[in-house]
Amino acid sequence: MPRFGMVIDTLKCVGCMDCVVACQTENDVPQGYCRDWIVTETRGAFPNLTLEIRSERCNHCDNPPCVTCCPTGASHVEDFGRTVQVTANQCIGCKACLAACPYGARFVHPDGYADKCTFCLHRVKEGKDPACVSVCPTHCMAFGDLDDPKSEVSRLLASRKYHTLLPEAGTKPRVFYLT
Amino acid sequence: MLEITSTRHNPLVDPVLSVWSWEIPVYLFFGGMIAGMMILAGLNMLRLAKGERAEGFYSVQTPILGFILMNLGMGALFLDLAHKLFVYRVYMAFEPLSPMSWGSWVLLLVYPVILVSALIRLPQAWPWLGERLPVLQRLSDALVASPGKIRLLGGLNVGLGIALGIYTGILLSTMVARPLWNSAILGPLFLFSGLSAAAAMVHLVASLVPGHPAPRSFLGGALAMLVQPLGDRPPEPRTADGLIKADLGFLAIELVLIGLLFIGLLSSSASHVAAVDLLVSGKYATVFWGVVIVAGILVPLALQWLELGHRIPHTVIPAVLVLAGGFALRWVMVGAGQASHMVAAAGF
Amino acid sequence: MEQLSRRRFLKISAATVGAGAVGSQVPVVSSLAMGSKPPAGKVETIPTYCEMCFWKCGGIAHIRDGKLWKFEGNPLDPMSKGRLCPRGTAAPGTHNDPDRISKPLIRTGERGKEEFKAVTWGEALDYVAERMKKIAAEHGPESIALWKHGTGSRFFEHVMRAYGCINKGAPSFAQCRGPRDIGYLLTYGTGLGSPEPTDIANTKCLVLIGTHLGENMHNTQVQEFAQAVANKATIIVVDPRYSVAASKAKYWLPVKPGTDMALILAWCNVLVAEGLYDKEFVAKHGHGFDKFAAAIKDSTPEWAEAETGIPAATIRATAREMAIARPAALVHPGRRVNWYGDDAQRGRATALLNALLGNWGRKGGLFIQAGMKVAGYPFPKFPEATKPKADNPDHKWPFADEEVTTGLREATITGKPYPIKGWVVYASNLNHTLPNEKETIEAINKLDLLVVVDTHPAEITGYADVVLPDTMFLERHDDFYVGWGRQGWAAIRQPVIAPPGEQKPAWWMAKELANRLGVGQYMPFKDMDEYLAARCEKSGIDYAKFRKEGVVMGPKDPITVEEGAGIAFDTPSGKVEFYSEQLAKAGFDPVPKYTAPEAAPAGFFRLVTGRAPVHTFSRTQTNLLLRDLMKENEVWVNAETAAKAGLKHGQYVKLKNQDGVVSNRVKVKATQRIRPDTLYMVYGFGHTSRLLKSAYLMGASAAQLNTRYKVDPLMGGTSIHQNFVTFEKEA
Ligand SMILES: Nc1nc2c(c(=O)[nH]1)N[C@H]1C(S)=C(S)[C@@H](COP(=O)(O)OP(=O)(O)OC[C@H]3O[C@@H](n4cnc5c(=O)[nH]c(N)nc54)[C@H](O)[C@@H]3O)O[C@H]1N2
Ligand SMILES: Nc1nc2c(c(=O)[nH]1)N[C@H]1C(S)=C(S)[C@@H](COP(=O)(O)OP(=O)(O)OC[C@H]3O[C@@H](n4cnc5c(=O)[nH]c(N)nc54)[C@H](O)[C@@H]3O)O[C@H]1N2
Ligand code: SF4
Ligand code: SF4
Ligand code: SF4
Ligand code: SF4
Ligand code: SF4
Ligand SMILES: [Mo]
Repeated sequence: MPRFGMVIDTLKCVGCMDCVVACQTENDVPQGYCRDWIVTETRGAFPNLTLEIRSERCNHCDNPPCVTCCPTGASHVEDFGRTVQVTANQCIGCKACLAACPYGARFVHPDGYADKCTFCLHRVKEGKDPACVSVCPTHCMAFGDLDDPKSEVSRLLASRKYHTLLPEAGTKPRVFYLT
Repeated sequence: MLEITSTRHNPLVDPVLSVWSWEIPVYLFFGGMIAGMMILAGLNMLRLAKGERAEGFYSVQTPILGFILMNLGMGALFLDLAHKLFVYRVYMAFEPLSPMSWGSWVLLLVYPVILVSALIRLPQAWPWLGERLPVLQRLSDALVASPGKIRLLGGLNVGLGIALGIYTGILLSTMVARPLWNSAILGPLFLFSGLSAAAAMVHLVASLVPGHPAPRSFLGGALAMLVQPLGDRPPEPRTADGLIKADLGFLAIELVLIGLLFIGLLSSSASHVAAVDLLVSGKYATVFWGVVIVAGILVPLALQWLELGHRIPHTVIPAVLVLAGGFALRWVMVGAGQASHMVAAAGF
Repeated sequence: MEQLSRRRFLKISAATVGAGAVGSQVPVVSSLAMGSKPPAGKVETIPTYCEMCFWKCGGIAHIRDGKLWKFEGNPLDPMSKGRLCPRGTAAPGTHNDPDRISKPLIRTGERGKEEFKAVTWGEALDYVAERMKKIAAEHGPESIALWKHGTGSRFFEHVMRAYGCINKGAPSFAQCRGPRDIGYLLTYGTGLGSPEPTDIANTKCLVLIGTHLGENMHNTQVQEFAQAVANKATIIVVDPRYSVAASKAKYWLPVKPGTDMALILAWCNVLVAEGLYDKEFVAKHGHGFDKFAAAIKDSTPEWAEAETGIPAATIRATAREMAIARPAALVHPGRRVNWYGDDAQRGRATALLNALLGNWGRKGGLFIQAGMKVAGYPFPKFPEATKPKADNPDHKWPFADEEVTTGLREATITGKPYPIKGWVVYASNLNHTLPNEKETIEAINKLDLLVVVDTHPAEITGYADVVLPDTMFLERHDDFYVGWGRQGWAAIRQPVIAPPGEQKPAWWMAKELANRLGVGQYMPFKDMDEYLAARCEKSGIDYAKFRKEGVVMGPKDPITVEEGAGIAFDTPSGKVEFYSEQLAKAGFDPVPKYTAPEAAPAGFFRLVTGRAPVHTFSRTQTNLLLRDLMKENEVWVNAETAAKAGLKHGQYVKLKNQDGVVSNRVKVKATQRIRPDTLYMVYGFGHTSRLLKSAYLMGASAAQLNTRYKVDPLMGGTSIHQNFVTFEKEA
């Protein structure tokens, strides 16, 4: 079984939010909510500055606290790609997983269940990239199997410097940011 | 200098996590208080099993009160659920790593134990029920007559009470994402806070009871469970003193535990230090210092000390303050805990 | 002035040229063992080209169970290369926007009061035709002008021209790329046009002066910009603001606004003085180089440092970087270059800098545009115009080669050279688009008829006598887009979904109007399907296939010298004009000169504007998807400036300009990312139309503060960065 992950090149990302819009339409994300979003971090003082722009979403952590805290098993690790998913009609909306996620990746769908990025498994099953990856005008996102050394994601991680978000949370995130 | 912007805008998540408002604090407060009552009741059942007179013990009636509070607490929890129709799903699974799952199952065990415990008080509180449902009367009689069963029941009460009390803290403390909750102290803290609230609650209810015989009608009986849990007699002086002494101990321990919580967090990461700031100087500081610490612990400690020494008359004021402080502690911890979040270590 | 460059030739041949749903049906796989419900339903795909802005990327609309689901890039299309920008992706948010106009409206209240009654299409069009006839009878048809921006205006323009209305104006010239086009036209004999022939993908050194790619989302260029970043091209960004592009650059030059000319001349100076320029190219193709070299002799980096605030050493270093990379070094010509009123000359200066780098027709430089021909529709000939156009009387702006919008506005106000009594405004929110709204309103008050064809109740519609609700681009046919670039191509626009209300496509309105004006013979086709099919047939294009694929590619011509393209220049000298006799003759500087910008009054800051990636001008603020991402703009204030002014990050302030105009409240973004003397705001916010419910008074309007402007003496471009503002704290 593959272990899906995402590698995002912050050098190429321009923060245009196309990935956010694409996710909205692809996944019928209700208005006022988002499964992915853009963070910018500016460091330094004028005129010596650096800027990192990141497209963020659920990290499909290898060690997901949102899954362990879930009382119903609605939050689970899906066999396919070892991704973290929510089964809507199993979820009671207790919101423990929202509190447990260090990344704020989840929200309560207006229909009552916990929702978040699915890594667009419905597309991946058809052999397509996730919607956000497929629209990105700068081609700065790559998606694939982290366990396959020949995959683009593995090759990028092998050849570039990267970081993950809040590694100290011990969640082992699977969205990587190239720097 | 560091400037951070984010376009995320999810309700209840941004700008700070606020998925739980009053419902969960109410649930945790009642849960803790019930846990405390079960422990107190259980301990007294153990004494009852040794042959001492049941009516004389202040907390044998608490199961009935506990049962009512439990329903209120569970009601609050239910109100908080966003996907209510699927609530039954909790009991379609047992998730060994999920404190919430544990809690749900513990609560499921607590119910029958409380109900069975209530049978001890059946002849006093609801004699008409016993008359109408002789089975219950028989069960009650059998229970009261059998020290072994009462001992077992007492043990169950103490055990489940401790589990429930600690659970209310563990539920939060397992969430690494929320630095304010990242402390093993939270379980014992909520347990002792629950105990002090239980003592205060019993004290309060007991003090409110004038010396009338309990009504025997359906509604009157139900009300009697609430306002005359001690039956037809007001609390004996030693009962009241016992409660006050217990409460003094609980409050003192609570204060120490809060201190330990702070010391633990402050000696941890930047995220934890920032989390403590939320309580001591941030948005939650007024309620924390004013209601939790001063009104909820220090003042009742002082008042009850004076009451014990008979330097001031007995009042319900300390009990009310302790209850307010106990709820405020849950409210502050739930609110500030959600607002606390991990901050990225500087630089990558 | 009447040379014909290859670009112009293509442009002209494209102009003389000009469906139902087709596509594949794919059932979407659904129901994984997960609840976040994956999309399900029957999906149909239809290609069409995007018009969320004017870049015109090819896309594919996905209709799911009869509803518009999503809009994706068309991989066959050379503009999108299968990927749209966020605004294109958000097109369904405009289709579903509840703030759209859904019925024809006739004004009942005072102009500007936004009081209307809904009428039928027949009533509305009769009203328009009647008034137009009346104006034509009283003043001549020339007294009715068309304002236009976008493909949909095609048949309005056609029908009005047939009726004798010769006056028109588009903000894309004098408010946008006009100065640059003229600068390049004067230098190379071609104005570049759109899309610009910039080989960003292959460049080794990219210089962006202002051009904020990544925020300016001109799709193809952003895609190529990312390629350049990935290729480790040396990127040099000149911007008073730490733009996204600047953050990707090796050199960020936080220039003092308005002093770019000094910097460009200093760069030229270094290249010449140090002998780093492309001597071969200059010798072979240059005209008047010696005079140019003499003119810039004193424009040293040290001199420029004092003007621009950029250290001389940095100017030298960056000039050398360009020289090392040439000819694969590219100074982006810019797009919205109307900043300070001397913009055509600055455009010319960048053209000359590029010439020194010898990048014309070179890989990684400016390539030679390739195009394709699509035959036109056999229309009858237009009647001869009997009057000259009114926007540029006596060639006041001698080098303007398109209509000058503010000239047309001026003519409307003064009635000179002749009265302008009717305006038809197609897709241009003039209150935001043109500088100094007061003048626009003054002009409107002179009108007997103002027709606004729009999708939204924009500010301009509030003044209209008649409002005609247009379909948005996904709901209509338009003419083909015949584009030029690395390879010519044509793209189709066809309806993918029915409009939500009574909106009608522009071509239909134009045709109905033609019938009512008695020029129906100029719209001889039944519908657009017939029209487009006829053009295809004449051009030997398979229409059915075109409809299905969305794009037809033209021949593959060489576009660089490396590929074997020849280069020639349609200038009077036939060469690249380092020294312009044309300019000298007309009394202008034959070699660009620097004039220092005005200093801000004490306590005031220069206000400059730009784009946010998720909005287009003033047209997308109510888009359901985009407003979620940015519902108001912010005013960027240097953190120290903010602290000195007692402003906190996130607080609201109002801005007051030098003329006392006070903006709506706007949030302060206190940041290190901008010079202390400059403020920045994204243009297009601060709507005052109450009918734009979700955008009403959200953020502040940069346009509203744009009361003072300079007019470019060469071509009539209006400057936008000429205003100074100060803070007015909220009570
Ligand atoms: N998302 C999005 N993209 C768009 C559009 C849109 O509406 N939305 N519109 C499209 C259109 S029509 C156009 S014309 C283009 C415009 O886009 P560009 O041509 O890229 O915009 P500029 O005119 O360069 O102006 C914006 C930049 O110039 C900087 N600037 C301001 N003053 C000065 C100065 O004095 N000197 C220098 N060097 N820089 C300065 C600003 O800080 C800002 O970064 O964008 C196109 N792309
Ligand atoms: N202050 C300031 N002024 C500027 C600029 C700036 O940066 N700052 N930029 C300048 C530049 S570069 C340009 S290109 C111009 C842009 O100028 P415009 O193109 O006039 O831009 P908008 O303000 O978006 O006005 C477009 C109008 O068209 C309507 N519309 C949108 N789609 C359709 C459609 O399909 N059919 C019809 N009928 N109507 C439609 C919208 O609702 C809106 O009212 O503005 C220029 N003016
Ligand atoms: S679409 Fe790509 S470039 Fe744009 S913000 Fe998302 S990741 Fe960055
Ligand atoms: S990012 Fe959050 S929601 Fe996603 S797997 Fe990790 S902890 Fe769970
Ligand atoms: S909200 Fe749903 S998914 Fe999240 S922990 Fe509760 S039951 Fe599980
Ligand atoms: S992978 Fe799919 S669900 Fe996740 S952010 Fe991207 S588009 Fe949204
Ligand atoms: S650049 Fe964006 S908005 Fe403009 S046409 Fe292309 S996809 Fe559409
Ligand atoms: Mo423009």
